[in-house]
Amino acid sequence: MKNHSQRNHHPAPRPRHSGADAVIASLHAQGVEVIFGMVGGQIMPVYDALHRDGKLRHIIVGHEQGGAHMAEGFARATGKAGVVMTTSGPGATNLVTGLADAMMDSTPVVAITGQVPSHLLGNDDFQEADMRGITMPITKHNYQLTSPDQVAPVFAEAFHIAVSGRPGPVLIDLPKDVTVAQTDMAPAHGPRLAGGRGAVVKGHPMQIERALQLIKNCRQPVILAGGGVIHAEASAELKALAEYLDIPVTSTLMGLGNFPGDHPLSLGMPGMHGTGYANLALYNSDVLICLGCRLDDRVTGQLESFAPNAKLVHIDVDASEISKCLPAAVPIVGDAKPVLAALLAGAQAWESRPDFAAWHKVMATWRHKYPMGFRQKDGVILPQQAVQEIAALMGEEDIVVTGVGQHQMFTAQYYTFRRPRTLITSGGLGTMGFGLPAAIGAKVARPERRVVCIDGDGSFLMNVQELCTAVRYRIPVVVAVLKNYNLGMVRQWQHMFFEQRHSQSNLACPPYDQVAKAFGALGRRVERPEELAGSLRWAFEAAEAQQLPVVLDIMVDPEEAVLPMVPAGEPNINFIPCRVEER
Amino acid sequence: MERLNPMAVLVRNEPGVLARVAGLLARRGFNIHSLAVGETESPDVSRMSIVVSGDGAVREQAIKQLRRLVDVIRVTDLTGRPHVERGLALIKVAAPSERRSAIIELANIFRAAITHVDPGSMIVEVSGNRNKIEAMIDMMRPFGILEMVRTGQIVMARGQAALRVAGQSVPLAGDEPEPGQDQETNDNGIQYN
Repeated sequence: MKNHSQRNHHPAPRPRHSGADAVIASLHAQGVEVIFGMVGGQIMPVYDALHRDGKLRHIIVGHEQGGAHMAEGFARATGKAGVVMTTSGPGATNLVTGLADAMMDSTPVVAITGQVPSHLLGNDDFQEADMRGITMPITKHNYQLTSPDQVAPVFAEAFHIAVSGRPGPVLIDLPKDVTVAQTDMAPAHGPRLAGGRGAVVKGHPMQIERALQLIKNCRQPVILAGGGVIHAEASAELKALAEYLDIPVTSTLMGLGNFPGDHPLSLGMPGMHGTGYANLALYNSDVLICLGCRLDDRVTGQLESFAPNAKLVHIDVDASEISKCLPAAVPIVGDAKPVLAALLAGAQAWESRPDFAAWHKVMATWRHKYPMGFRQKDGVILPQQAVQEIAALMGEEDIVVTGVGQHQMFTAQYYTFRRPRTLITSGGLGTMGFGLPAAIGAKVARPERRVVCIDGDGSFLMNVQELCTAVRYRIPVVVAVLKNYNLGMVRQWQHMFFEQRHSQSNLACPPYDQVAKAFGALGRRVERPEELAGSLRWAFEAAEAQQLPVVLDIMVDPEEAVLPMVPAGEPNINFIPCRVEER
Repeated sequence: MERLNPMAVLVRNEPGVLARVAGLLARRGFNIHSLAVGETESPDVSRMSIVVSGDGAVREQAIKQLRRLVDVIRVTDLTGRPHVERGLALIKVAAPSERRSAIIELANIFRAAITHVDPGSMIVEVSGNRNKIEAMIDMMRPFGILEMVRTGQIVMARGQAALRVAGQSVPLAGDEPEPGQDQETNDNGIQYN
């Protein structure tokens, strides 16, 4: 006989729900507000749960690669993890480029993929692809779940891994049986396992002291600041330290905006298409403070002649970046924000500050000798000019997104970035087609800001389908296509290093203003320099007024080369300078 | 200088962890001389013994890269530290009756075991460090090695130091190395208890 009173002492059973419901509950627990995705066979239970829930914004993408870049754009604009969801097989493999891009640029993305039911895994079932195997090298971590009870703890851990330490992409593969089966696990808020990963790493005091001693006794210091400063939200600390010690700062492509580009201490961008004076300063530096930067080959050129006399103080939250390319005299494993604060506090305790006036005088001569600039031409729009006209219309916090190629480098050179998270670009992987979807992701994240995608005609075409997404959800991004009917950067290399054999770099592409109109967006063709400013103003106003994307098809001079340029593999000081007006 | 760098690695016992570790080392161009994996006293944790060939900078990068993996709990570098290293080889040699005693004599010198004998062959089982196993193989060669199989080396530090998971739970990787320690001294994989 059952004892009813005794049974009442048992805790009430937790409500059971499906693994798919647990996925949606976990996304809510992580504070996710928007998902970029595309439904398909094996992920349908999760989409059904999304429908039941009705509280998450979902944006249907044109192509899953676009979805991955949107999640990246969202993440780069906010610092939060962007979320992309796809079905199994082709839906999932289409994420590969986006995940590789996010891995290279340390962008926090959580990708959720459907998978065939567990009992069919390995059978070459319809739309089966081994996403755990495929994405192992291009994710920070990945999972394939075997039980709905894993959903809550794994989602909590995945978001934690994506945003903590050096951020990166995490993929969660969900076999269909896992999303259909029932679980009583409540969503978890923290990571399932304790560990040091989430803690902010302060940097070892002894190494910080050693760095201070080097700085105190050096004569020609340079700070090389990368994307890590932006991830660590350490721009204020960087500015405070640079100003207090009077040390010049050069920001890498991923770092642009981490230090005001118009600051007197800013040397602009270093490297292959960096300023001559940044490269000369690095070459002549005696102490190089490398901050959240991995010394990529596009920054260093030939390694041995990058900063041959510098003692390297390397600060990075990822220990594996320290002494990977160049041996560090002082390795500091730490988050840029507390390390910079500790360096400043240490310097403030000095009785006197080192005097770098002589160093600044030398750098001033380089600035004078190798200025940035270009020669105006009558009747044609130069891409640099277009970038400058766009910059004139943008506020300090407005966001610029680019594709990859000449237009990207012109943007890096001629747009003055003053604030972090205002440039979103594909640095490490160099993914053409990144621009439009990343701009959509950024605008979804920051609807109050202007978002412009400066793109090339080759790059734009690679994810042009996302115009449909921007129209469908009325996401008013402005796309400025700098059209030269060429793969401009390839053409430039062919011109310089392949005796002008322009193999397969000439592009016949459609009028993008008309393409835009066919998608339901707004478009305008811009041919003459005097039309440029007015067209750009119209584009920003029309985009906001009509809540539609606008595409400007801007005809630019195909002969214009990105300068300065360091020929690949050569020392950075062998840069070819800008061809400026005769002085 | 090129050398063999033994390291002991504790990993979360998750599906695919061997592929992650092997894939990482291969992808980043490290030369895996030997890799052995097995269970530990804790069911949640596996232990790998990895021998990577390369100079000091290669070793340092390999260890740092391993520590980036979420499933890697601890890495300890045994290069230049007193440690025990063991592998096992089964060597099947051609052994007609007139040669058996010679083979047995050699096996005795190496403290190897004869684990199988039949009219035409013997299987010799030898365990020890790399040098010993290679010496045994060299001695067997003249008899005619029919087939041979070797395990990877397993490694363990000498002394009371023990490579263990701190506390009860398995921590996430990334809490090592101790922040900011010198690259030469940043290995704290061995926990004294």
